[in-house]
Amino acid sequence: MLKNKSLISVSDLDEGDIENIFEKADYMCQNMNNMRQNEPMKLKILATLFYEPSTRTRLSFESAMERLGGYVISMADSKTSSFSKGETLADTIRIVESYADIIVIRHPLEGAALLASRFSSKPVINAGDGSGEHPTQTLVDLYTIKKELGDIDNKEITIIGDLKYGRTVHSLLLALTRYNVKINLVSPSNLKLPDYVYKEIKNKLDINIINDLEQSIEQSDVLYVTRIQKERFTDKNEYYKLIGSYKITKDEAEKMKENSIIMHPLPRIDEIDADVDFMKKAKYFKQASYGIPIRMALISMIAGD
Amino acid sequence: MDKTLKISKIKDGTVIDHIPAGKALKVLNILNICENNSISIGIRVSSSKMKEKDVIKIENRFLEKIELDKISMIAPRASISIIKNYDIIEKFSVDLPQKIMGILKCNNQNCITNSGEPVDSEFNLVSSSPLTVKCAYCKREMSDNEIINNL
Repeated sequence: MLKNKSLISVSDLDEGDIENIFEKADYMCQNMNNMRQNEPMKLKILATLFYEPSTRTRLSFESAMERLGGYVISMADSKTSSFSKGETLADTIRIVESYADIIVIRHPLEGAALLASRFSSKPVINAGDGSGEHPTQTLVDLYTIKKELGDIDNKEITIIGDLKYGRTVHSLLLALTRYNVKINLVSPSNLKLPDYVYKEIKNKLDINIINDLEQSIEQSDVLYVTRIQKERFTDKNEYYKLIGSYKITKDEAEKMKENSIIMHPLPRIDEIDADVDFMKKAKYFKQASYGIPIRMALISMIAGD
Repeated sequence: MDKTLKISKIKDGTVIDHIPAGKALKVLNILNICENNSISIGIRVSSSKMKEKDVIKIENRFLEKIELDKISMIAPRASISIIKNYDIIEKFSVDLPQKIMGILKCNNQNCITNSGEPVDSEFNLVSSSPLTVKCAYCKREMSDNEIINNL
């Protein structure tokens, strides 16, 4: 049961929770147009506190709440909030919890969502905490694999990109420990998976760390591509050195199996060629669209009556 | 054979024994020692249990729980003797807490606990040998020297 619970990490969810969210998301997909009329979240308010830029996550949470007949209040830009005056996150949360029934937060510092949940009597959803976790993106990712490939078990998943700072990768890998999957990790040498994440998954997943995508592209069911997280580099020269160090072209994508899929949590910079967008395998825009039913499901399960 | 004690007895105070050789100064560093406290330190003293160890004797000073917890991070097998009128009135080993609250700074500069929020740092003990703790907020692990440097 997720009712009134915060969602800070994928570890907060058990397998039953994930299946329940997927079932509810299926229901939301089938009844998308009726939900607004039925107003299951009538008179409920969702607050979005985004201390970092976002397009998909914030808008999909807001759209999800609107589609459920609820209201949204939003701090879209931390520069125009009391954060810029030096207010602590704890104080902001103490105030916002009295304005809303559920709080969605994105923050540049790791552990911020957990801290927010400890100062709030209302449930808090982590929409990204620094390079920590992004559990709702993981639900979207798992749901995409399930919808597009029929099942998550027995799949070979290759993850390429910024494994060091990419919070979607960290959450996804932690969640995949619940499934019987084979994982290939490909990254530039200085963007490898951090030890603290590797230690959590190494005994629970069949992991293959490889240097070259060629070693796994042909047998992969899922190619999960991530961008280099420019905003996490303290030395921007290091970022510029890594630009273009990997790119999925149409030629690369054609090497993949017939029924395989390419995913990306977006935004994309240059790591997937625009030519790939028109291929049947390219599912990243579809993946982003699943953000609505998944977040509708989550909001209604956490804050619904 | 010379039977003279290398460190003389204290009348009242605390003896911190079985500190890993070479770590006595790190233990002293985390204790607020004031002018009233005379201190004797033995470094690399031979020991039947540890082969070599460090020992600290502090006059007129008794340790708080938070200080004992900090010592356990540097010297997990340290023993503490409380001395009154030259007699040991209490002797115990330090205990590594399962949850370490407010005594350790997270090594991850991007952790929310390092940003002036009104919360104590919070770590869970992962392993006592090698000593490893995990930040409850950012989930990063710290071990041995990282821990000592952040006390």
